[in-house]
Amino acid sequence: MDTFAAKTQREDLDSVVIRFAGDSGDGMQLTGTQFTQSTALMGNDLATFPDFPAEIRAPAGTTFGVSGFQVHFAAHDIMTPGDAPDVLVAMNPAALKVNLADLKRGGMVVVNTGTFTKGNLKKAGYDNDPLEDDTLGPYRVLKLDISKHTLAAVEKFELGTKAALRSKNMWTLGLMMWLFGRDRQATVDWLRQKFAKKPEIAEANVAALNAGHAFGETAEMPSGIGCYQVPKAKLDKGTYRNVTGNEALAWGLVAGCKLAELKPVLGSYPITPASSLLHALSKLKNFGVVTFQAEDEIAAVCAAVGASWGGALGITSTSGPGVALKGEAIGLAVMVELPLVICDIQRGGPSTGLPTKTEQSDLLQAVWGRNGDCPLAVLAAATPGDCFYMAIEAVRLATKFMTPVMLLSDGYLANGAEPWKIPDVNALEPFPATQHTAREGFHPYLRDEETLARIWPVPGTPGLEHRVGGLEKDYNSGNISYDPDNHHRMVKVRAAKIDKIAEHIPPQDVCAGPEQGDLVIVSWGSTFGSVHQAVRNALAAGETVSHIHLRYMWPMPRNLGDLLRGFKQILVPEMNNGMLVRILRSEYLVPAEGLNKIAGQPFKVSEIETAIADKLAASK
Amino acid sequence: MPDTPTKKLTRKDFTSDQEVRWCPGCGDYAILAAVQRTLPTLGVKRENTVFISGIGCSSRFPYYMDTYGFHTIHGRAPTFATGLKLANPELDIWMITGDGDGLSIGGNHLMHVLRRNLNLQIILFNNRIYGLTKGQYSPTSLVGKLSPSTPMGSVDNPVLPVGFAMGAGAKFVARAIDTDAKRLGAVLVRAHGFRGTSFMEVFQNCPVFNDGAFTDFTERATATETQLHLEHGKPMIFGKDKNKGLRLKPGALELEVVTLGEDGITEADLLVHDERNRPLAFLLGAMQPPEFPVALGVLLCEPDDSFEDRVLGQVERAIQKQGAGDLNALMRKGHIWTVT
Ligand code: SF4
Repeated sequence: MDTFAAKTQREDLDSVVIRFAGDSGDGMQLTGTQFTQSTALMGNDLATFPDFPAEIRAPAGTTFGVSGFQVHFAAHDIMTPGDAPDVLVAMNPAALKVNLADLKRGGMVVVNTGTFTKGNLKKAGYDNDPLEDDTLGPYRVLKLDISKHTLAAVEKFELGTKAALRSKNMWTLGLMMWLFGRDRQATVDWLRQKFAKKPEIAEANVAALNAGHAFGETAEMPSGIGCYQVPKAKLDKGTYRNVTGNEALAWGLVAGCKLAELKPVLGSYPITPASSLLHALSKLKNFGVVTFQAEDEIAAVCAAVGASWGGALGITSTSGPGVALKGEAIGLAVMVELPLVICDIQRGGPSTGLPTKTEQSDLLQAVWGRNGDCPLAVLAAATPGDCFYMAIEAVRLATKFMTPVMLLSDGYLANGAEPWKIPDVNALEPFPATQHTAREGFHPYLRDEETLARIWPVPGTPGLEHRVGGLEKDYNSGNISYDPDNHHRMVKVRAAKIDKIAEHIPPQDVCAGPEQGDLVIVSWGSTFGSVHQAVRNALAAGETVSHIHLRYMWPMPRNLGDLLRGFKQILVPEMNNGMLVRILRSEYLVPAEGLNKIAGQPFKVSEIETAIADKLAASK
Repeated sequence: MPDTPTKKLTRKDFTSDQEVRWCPGCGDYAILAAVQRTLPTLGVKRENTVFISGIGCSSRFPYYMDTYGFHTIHGRAPTFATGLKLANPELDIWMITGDGDGLSIGGNHLMHVLRRNLNLQIILFNNRIYGLTKGQYSPTSLVGKLSPSTPMGSVDNPVLPVGFAMGAGAKFVARAIDTDAKRLGAVLVRAHGFRGTSFMEVFQNCPVFNDGAFTDFTERATATETQLHLEHGKPMIFGKDKNKGLRLKPGALELEVVTLGEDGITEADLLVHDERNRPLAFLLGAMQPPEFPVALGVLLCEPDDSFEDRVLGQVERAIQKQGAGDLNALMRKGHIWTVT
């Protein structure tokens, strides 16, 4: 299948981290995605981290307009997109300026010299040309005038310089595919499909891709630059694909509704980084999915609640600022005890914060951020692929317990991709929702004795006409009640119902290391990858440390307290200023400590490793 | 299992067992009675009838109807109605709101439900005051309104509800007076028959906090002079002697009141009401006493597709075109690979 010539002896590498960086108009996300695709097809395990600016089209050539895409691929299973790149592709001076510090010393840097003009250097904040001074001294450098090579490659299509230069990302991709022994065919097919209506654009891009590849094959490379291969990883048997968190989430919601036998009705308002979930679900109309782009966040959640009252499954997708706006309506859903799935794709906050950067700072808002005593269930996905399963869990718990469920993901999971073993939906256990029809002894607040869930009487059902609303309800009739003792009882029963969920979720496991000992790292959400890798590395180095990863944030698994008390030290790494750590301390009175990174970037494996080493050293 | 379909429903069937808790003399009672009397004449099923409200005095309404009802949160009733209708388009939804609920905190949602033309009936109880929170001025209060929050008089200009609705693209706009049971009933019937958002403004007296807000045109003694009852296709005539009429002022886009028989004016000079004429509806809706009578009845009625028909129609078409979705197949589309 490999198309590269055998003339070169490829050096085997165990794992490689490449970061593609350029101006936001340079098509770096596309380049990265295509490289990822071909890497997945080669059978490597991989993880990606797209990192783009908040501005849609920041001024060209500036540092704040730099867009990056990091891909980590390996011959073994990996958990994260990699701490530091081994290879940096810098399409302009600004991309070099922003990313060079992250590159491993001795790493490879591929630079498009064609963009290193006086003007661009100035815009990037370089006083001297870094290609001329010793800035690149510690690295292996491949300086190429990619702009010029691209123009030559697509000359025959007579596109004009501006249009022709758009293909320079494909030239670069071709070169990188040669360097790392990737197959181009998937990209060629993709280009021809994407530009089916403009075949000359498709062919120009294919020509650029091939030219970049051919350049690698034929040109003399500077010393230190060779070509490499990364052997296949040993993955579980099965059929795989790449999946981003938001894709998996969309499919999981559809799967969950199918298992519950409910029509999904999504109310959503565009917000970064949740919009792609709205887009994905909007395309699934033939699955019976109804999507409604509402006038605002409040309308979006209220429409979902209205849909749930009407017997569908109401879903709303948003990010932190949207959750803040939805609070009152979520409270209403708690009061009227209707199923509702709220997907919060977290981003940097507070306020508008860092819209395109990842963070885990909505946990306290999710668990407690509403007026009154207003409990609901909170789940958190660990990986992009896990979004699928947690979405199903959200639907299951929302319908079984007649409650809103908040599902936390974040920008890193939403946009990041990983190879994912595709499940067989038909093998998943159905959990059909029951809607109440019996008139005998009916009132709208009848409860299931075991789960305490309210019944679900749906408008349109003869004989069950009733009124619900945000005012407190009488326990025994569902009518409005201002009785103090009744209010006390209702607050307690709403809390008890949510608490009961703990009996219907899997017990907490220790996913690495012993079940008790000196140190446990407790993580949740998207930090799973770096924490797990770090703990495995420490275990491999002979240290004793354990990893507990939470996916059920509220209520927490019943056995969690006992597990935590089996460790002397509890370290809680979070991409926030300490949220889970507060919950653990207050719920279990354990001496948990935080490790906080609030930089809009995921943890590096090395950061967790260092923290583990420090803790262990302190306890010796 | 339908609710014994042959039995003719009566007003009692739509009356719930809950004690009505509005202040004595509140205009809400009259509106409730009109709705409860009208529903049995519409041939609707109780189980398919839904009342949705926001927050405010009027929003207590659903509790008094023995139908399905949802007393939601302040200003958001249109959005719950939207989700409900998308979940089950068979439901017949009435939305109850007020000048504060619908035009202040919920102005955004009201605008959007109107432009979308979701099939439901909206009754906006306009009493030009906040009743439930004890008497603050509202977005329809006239300038200078003295209230607990405006001890020197309110300074903001009021919104014209029917003008707002038409500006938002409403396709059905009507107006009635709480105590004019017959005409209010007729408007309810028309609104119900319209497939889309029917917007009704009902002038509702709040005897406690804003008594007599509309007396300049609701007083029975002078009503014939101060009210113009619109009828599609009929010339616009009013006055106790039926000798006043409306016409376009020659050479201007402006209405004027004329007297039949004066200056050679005949019925042929008068404007004829056309419910499909949006600019005319706007001019009529903006008429204010004392210079003009207040226009009542159906101002505008422009049939169009409803929102849920369009949304659910797309779902149906997608299923017809692509076949019912198969998730296993979808997840295996594109680049996949097998590890053996
Ligand atoms: S305050 Fe006014 S509007 Fe409210 S119930 Fe009393 S009279 Fe009616």
